[in-house]
Amino acid sequence: MADGTGLYVRLRQSRPIPLDVTLACGSGELLALVGPSGSGKTTILRCIAGLDRPVEGRVACNGALWLDAVADVDLPPQRRAVGLVFQAYALFPHLTALDNVAAALGHLPREARRSRAQELLDLVHLGGLEARRPAALSGGQQQRVALARALAREPAALLLDEPFSAVDQVTRRKLQRELAQLRRRLNMPIVLVTHDLDEARVLADRMSILHRGITLQDGPPAEVMARPRDPLVARLVDHRNLFEGEVIGHDTAAGVTWLRWREAKLEIAHRPDIAPGAKVIWVIPPGSVILHRRDRPSRGERENPVVGIVEEVVELGESASVVIAVAGGAAHLTFTLPTYVAQRNRVAVGEAVTVSLLGAAVHLMPWAPLSD
Amino acid sequence: MDWPALALSLRLAVWTTVLLLPVGVLLGRALAWRRFAGRQLVDAALALPLVLPPTVLGYYLLVGLGGASWLGRAYQALVGRSLVFSFEGLLVASLLFNLPFAIQPMQRAFAAIPREVREAAWCSGLGFLRTFWRIELPLAWPGVLAGLVLSFAHTLGEFGVVLMVGGNIPHETKTVAIAIYDRVQAFDDAAAATMAAALLGVSFAAIVLVYALSDRIGRRHG
Repeated sequence: MADGTGLYVRLRQSRPIPLDVTLACGSGELLALVGPSGSGKTTILRCIAGLDRPVEGRVACNGALWLDAVADVDLPPQRRAVGLVFQAYALFPHLTALDNVAAALGHLPREARRSRAQELLDLVHLGGLEARRPAALSGGQQQRVALARALAREPAALLLDEPFSAVDQVTRRKLQRELAQLRRRLNMPIVLVTHDLDEARVLADRMSILHRGITLQDGPPAEVMARPRDPLVARLVDHRNLFEGEVIGHDTAAGVTWLRWREAKLEIAHRPDIAPGAKVIWVIPPGSVILHRRDRPSRGERENPVVGIVEEVVELGESASVVIAVAGGAAHLTFTLPTYVAQRNRVAVGEAVTVSLLGAAVHLMPWAPLSD
Repeated sequence: MDWPALALSLRLAVWTTVLLLPVGVLLGRALAWRRFAGRQLVDAALALPLVLPPTVLGYYLLVGLGGASWLGRAYQALVGRSLVFSFEGLLVASLLFNLPFAIQPMQRAFAAIPREVREAAWCSGLGFLRTFWRIELPLAWPGVLAGLVLSFAHTLGEFGVVLMVGGNIPHETKTVAIAIYDRVQAFDDAAAATMAAALLGVSFAAIVLVYALSDRIGRRHG
């Protein structure tokens, strides 16, 4: 869809911030750019909006060419139909909420601007506050004005630069729900920059993992998180259970693969593409490590049982995060469980517990040295 | 009270202020945002009138604008009279020694506008000229006004440069500050006292206005 509908972006440069990315975001699709600070996320948005110019690149939206370094096309921000919500919102401090939005309605006749600005403020649930200046609005309200202003010029693409990072958590959840509802009515590509994986998982159709200006992996959030391409992506999406192992064989009839992990032999989902004897790195999400109950053993306990000593229990409200040392402390498994389950089963530091590793959730990656 | 001297001072101050408005806005804005080689030298040169003794500045202006200089000769050929010891010469001197007073507050006011606010204007479809009129100038306005008020008050009070470049010619270059000196020399203490009090009042009012305006800039960006 290089020049069809949607947004297509290819950027490459080595300075000032190294970039080598290709992104595509269809109409009505929400693409999250996720990565640590300094990974180039904001620079990518600025290049799309025309505020920064990459050394090499091409940006096209709905068939309109905005940037082509080879053909020497580089439209200024005013001529790119793009709505950008800045991280700190960048509202015009001397204008009221209504005038902030109306300022971006230069394409409408003067007499139509106020009523359209009012409609946009109503759309973001700010009716009644149109006469306030930004300083008299809360962070969440400012964010809504910024969103209304970004939508005012009927953009062909909407760019959001960490739009929820400057508000408290309650407001953030609320604004995220509102965006999830609003985007159904916006039939345009939306690019969301965030370092919050949960935010990406909740809001995005697809996510791109960025590291030092390079796209490492791209796909639906659940897919990228469950099946990272390599250990680096696994770490960036916050996998803590990363281990070395060796594929020792397949049972094609039963649809399983056997994985050796230290003294244990794990039965996991069939991966016929990896030859027996191959060394691999594998991950398992914390939610797929199941604690065995002390009082009532169940059938599932035959699945990949592992014994460990509890090293750490952190209660995070309704759920608890537990770290156990296995194989004499040579490896550590992290898992989560409801806090009441942890209490009932006397999961406390120093206690021995048994867990099952759900074979279907184990994901294998090509071997690479693990740094820690 | 030497009314012609006061009128001359006011005329000089108004012209200085009016001419410094576009100069100060353009230079202040450029210095606030542009990065170029030799910027510090430009900053330093513009600040020079703050530290130079007025007689030094006056001396160089006298040399630079006098009949022996190309500027003085060109002016003489064009207008038919000398640039020094005239109101026009005084205005040129006034513009130069007021540059830092006009530019520095304006520069600070433009520098206080976050870059993202201007970028947001561009991304909202506002062209560079509209961004200037609707966003930059309203936000920097208190600083612009402060620069103008300071220049106005400073022009009323300048003595050394005026005496060097303008001399003391009634109705042409004799400003109220010179008139005070003149009156004191003539032992006319009453007239000197009246004019001194008038200048004191104007200067104090100007500084109060400038402080009020800078306070307003702080609140706008707060």
